[in-house]
Amino acid sequence: MFKRLSPPEATNEAVVTFRFDEQTVTARPGDTVAAALLTSGISICRSTPVSNAPRAPYCMMGVCFECLVEVDGNPNVQACQAEVRDGMHVHTQQGARRLTS
Amino acid sequence: MITHDLVILGTGPAGMAAATTALEHGITPVVIDEQPAAGGQIYRALERTPVLDRRILGEDYWSGESLIKGLKDPQIDYRPASTVWQLTRQREIGLLHDDKAEMICARHIILATGAMERPMPIAGWTLPGVMTAGSGQILLKSAGAVPQAPVVLAGCGPLLLLLATQYLRAGVEIAAILDTTPRDRYRAALKHVPGALRNVSTLLKGVGLLRELRRAGVRHIRGVSALRAEGSGQLERVLWKQQGDDNWQTLETPTLLLHQGVIPNTQITRAVDCHHEWDEQQLAWRPRLDEWLGTDIPGIAVAGDGGGIVGAKAAAMQGQLAGLGAALALGKLTLENSTERAQPIRKALARDTAIRPFLDVLYRPAKQWRLPDDDTLACRCEEVTGGEIRRMADMGCRGPNQTKSFTRCGMGPCQGRMCGITVSELLADANQQSVEETGYYRLRPPFKPITLGQLAKAAEEG
Repeated sequence: MFKRLSPPEATNEAVVTFRFDEQTVTARPGDTVAAALLTSGISICRSTPVSNAPRAPYCMMGVCFECLVEVDGNPNVQACQAEVRDGMHVHTQQGARRLTS
Repeated sequence: MITHDLVILGTGPAGMAAATTALEHGITPVVIDEQPAAGGQIYRALERTPVLDRRILGEDYWSGESLIKGLKDPQIDYRPASTVWQLTRQREIGLLHDDKAEMICARHIILATGAMERPMPIAGWTLPGVMTAGSGQILLKSAGAVPQAPVVLAGCGPLLLLLATQYLRAGVEIAAILDTTPRDRYRAALKHVPGALRNVSTLLKGVGLLRELRRAGVRHIRGVSALRAEGSGQLERVLWKQQGDDNWQTLETPTLLLHQGVIPNTQITRAVDCHHEWDEQQLAWRPRLDEWLGTDIPGIAVAGDGGGIVGAKAAAMQGQLAGLGAALALGKLTLENSTERAQPIRKALARDTAIRPFLDVLYRPAKQWRLPDDDTLACRCEEVTGGEIRRMADMGCRGPNQTKSFTRCGMGPCQGRMCGITVSELLADANQQSVEETGYYRLRPPFKPITLGQLAKAAEEG
């Protein structure tokens, strides 16, 4: 639902690639995970523990906690506060977080 | 634990101005910020924004360059990407950086933690595709990202109009602006125009934005009195009613950006239990502050929007005042000297904030946007509706801490940040008591998620 005014692939800058569930996402260095997901056509990053309703980044400034994802096995990471890193593994967070992860 | 003279939280205009002012008076401050780059929300990503056409974000954005340059003085211990998870009344601060937790202490603290957007709890506001106008602007500034399909902006306030104009300049297609400003508000705000003229540049900026939108032919629908977002699992359409018309009108869109002003982010001042007051003009809580912006806790001050909404320019002036207050508290300035230096700043501050009564009246969000319907979620985290809160009031709940026990409202991951003000106002309305009497959530650290592993590492490295 969001697009870049100038896509990272179209500029001469280096790009960062990471995994989101089963897909590869390309981002610009310094992007947050949430911005990278939204500009890659991924609009849902978790579901709620109460009704399993889908949720997506909402405030982009660390207030709403709607963009919680798992990053490299750590649950409850705010995607709008975490910077992308090459090779990172991001997973959707379904319902309540798992204690084992 | 290392004790520093001055620790400043936040690198928005207030935090940055406080840091450089303190430095001018021989204090080398530690400046903490959650973001990887300085600027706060207003000057967000200024140094590395991919939006290079300066016209898109506008002059006011780029005016933050000098503040950011000031923060880069090598004498300032600036620590970006650092999260504060704890603050005590003894001025001990728990920090988390790169998976490493540590505690530091300060003789004096300036909280410059800024504002957040006022929640706008409408039906369907949790659907993916519905976001805040602020988030749209953050995506634009930091990632050069804009809505792919025609976007709907809904609500009221300067930020909504500014974002619409920035989108316009960036070539983004705007399906409509759904303006929720009640029609009689323009007349009510009129009597505050003479006062607002003391800050004529801001007033003219607003007029300029409206003119730019009108000239471009952006569909601007005024007097919107009802609004809902619909879609199955994702936003598909926005529905609204206009004052005096009972019919729903519809627009298909994958993106709706909501906004009805900003409120002080009081999460940390609440957690240290500073005395807070309900500001009836701004319809928000704010910590009670003295003339040097000090709270009722010795050595803890608040500068900028966190102490009441003043806007970016005034926030920087408050940062200067708080910096002088720190110099006074730390014995670097006499009361006479600091008062003398503060005088022109106080004068400029009064001039700049003279526009607030006008803006606060004009864009005061109407009740239906602050008090959600019975079927609409008030607490997004625990999915508690307005109706459930009203039912709790019927059962005898007088304050938000009681509704927590009954419904878990405010106990999800956001720790009440998103629903706090809504629940206070809902309970006050249902119980026919003042918001002040109703009170707010009692908050506890950690302010941000911290794992046991991260805490353990701090203990090991003592």
